[in-house]
Amino acid sequence: MMSVQATDNTHYHETPEGIMLQLKLAGPVVRACAWSIDAAIRMVLYSAIGMLFAFFGGVGTAIILIGFFLVEWFYPVIFEIYRGATPGKKAMGIIVVHDNGTPISVPASLIRNLLRVADLFPVLYGAGLLTMLGNRRFQRLGDLVAGTLVIYRERELQEFRIPQVTPKPPPQRLSVEELRNIIAFAERSSRLTVERRIELANQMEPLTGLLGEAAVNELYAYANWLTRGR
Amino acid sequence: MNQEAFVTRYQPLWDELEAVLDDMELPTLRRRERHSSSPRLPHLYRRLCNHYALARRRRYSPTLVEQLHRLVLRGHQQLYTHRGAWLWQLLIFIIADFPRTLRENLRYFLLALALFLLPALIIGGLCYSNEYFVYSVLDESTVVGMEEMYEPGNEKVGREKGRSAETDFMMFGHYISNNIGIGFRTFALGILAGIGTVFILVFNGVVIGGVAGHLTRVGYTDTFWPFVSGHASLELTAIVISGAAGLIVGHALLTPGQYRRLDALKIRGRVALKLAMGAALMLLGAAFVEAFWSSSGFPSFIKYSVAAALWILVIAYFTFAGRGHYGSR
Repeated sequence: MMSVQATDNTHYHETPEGIMLQLKLAGPVVRACAWSIDAAIRMVLYSAIGMLFAFFGGVGTAIILIGFFLVEWFYPVIFEIYRGATPGKKAMGIIVVHDNGTPISVPASLIRNLLRVADLFPVLYGAGLLTMLGNRRFQRLGDLVAGTLVIYRERELQEFRIPQVTPKPPPQRLSVEELRNIIAFAERSSRLTVERRIELANQMEPLTGLLGEAAVNELYAYANWLTRGR
Repeated sequence: MNQEAFVTRYQPLWDELEAVLDDMELPTLRRRERHSSSPRLPHLYRRLCNHYALARRRRYSPTLVEQLHRLVLRGHQQLYTHRGAWLWQLLIFIIADFPRTLRENLRYFLLALALFLLPALIIGGLCYSNEYFVYSVLDESTVVGMEEMYEPGNEKVGREKGRSAETDFMMFGHYISNNIGIGFRTFALGILAGIGTVFILVFNGVVIGGVAGHLTRVGYTDTFWPFVSGHASLELTAIVISGAAGLIVGHALLTPGQYRRLDALKIRGRVALKLAMGAALMLLGAAFVEAFWSSSGFPSFIKYSVAAALWILVIAYFTFAGRGHYGSR
């Protein structure tokens, strides 16, 4: 299966069971968006802490200073350990994991967030951005040392039903990849317009020998045969 | 086997695994089987891996393959994730792991110490022997501020004028956010080939040495030294340890040795993190001492005795803690 490796943002990790896990890496733009949301939340936290404890004299000031310190350094750590992602990342549908696909641990989260200081260098995440663009896995300096990846969270998988028609075997020998494309077409058809379905099915004329609605149904028949048998 | 038969046959197994995973993904308190992973997990997971591999090879639908892949990913995450009793680990870290890690990386510590101490001694000596030298390392307003802080007759020593009325608590908060922040930066900037760490160490050495030399020269010894000696053992040692942590990371980046550069960074980064976090705990203690003890009005000789005791404690801790039992290191 690994013969064709497209230039996309998928990172493969081979598990001890010999399975290739596919992790969809998140790029700089989506991560910058997540960071902006987090920055806004932090601002709210800062002002909430500031206003709440402003009237408690020296002790209040101490709590404000310690609160600011904790928010500055540990806001991402707390969220990453408990939920896998900060609220900003969650909103953008991304999550932090180890480079072997397992949930992030405390040391890894500490390292990647403490090293944020270096990524910020010299201004506006300059070092971080350069590093991200310089490696294949979109890792900033903190990610490199911590061994972490930022990946897309899996979205809810929709169930697709193949339209039920009388099964019919494909007329000639096809590769697994080609057969799978036929099944994929049948599964996705409920999301396509009728015109688009026909347009796609027409391209298969050399195989089906049909055009229009008939070609669509012919492909459904193959898909039924492939998934359900006779 | 066609897809439908395949699904009918193994769906019960996938459902069972999914139920196990649903439970394991809950927070510990809400789980049915607390404190243990399900004994069925490894078996179910490996069967699933087999099914997934089959599904990919055969002409099964992409939706089914994707479904199985997601289940594999969830199983992988639960099976291979790291679980630990963090409170216990913290205790072990303090009584054994931290001092042991420092001893293992003693050469980094010594290098960091030299980078901090040599500039401090040289600049301190120059400021002590030459009245005007302090102005070539610090600007005038800083020098004036420092002189005001440690002026004999100041009601609260070690505080800037106007801050005197503020409570010890406030300074506690200030020391925490400021000093631990410096510690973290000293560590983190080590990734820039160690340059950031070296800069912070030398810079702090110059400033601290300059201030100490100058204030000793102008004769504020009875206010300055009793104030700083109390927390110096914890604070300065911790900054040097943070520096050692930064140097470890920088060294791994420059000369990864037999590892790939990335792997070297990952392995040495974990070690360096231990030192950085240990140093942060020390800085927390230092902030406490500095805010509530150093500024108190006890006579100098008591303060010097406590300072000496703390120094002995710190040195003894790093020399003896965590030896034996697991082999003396």
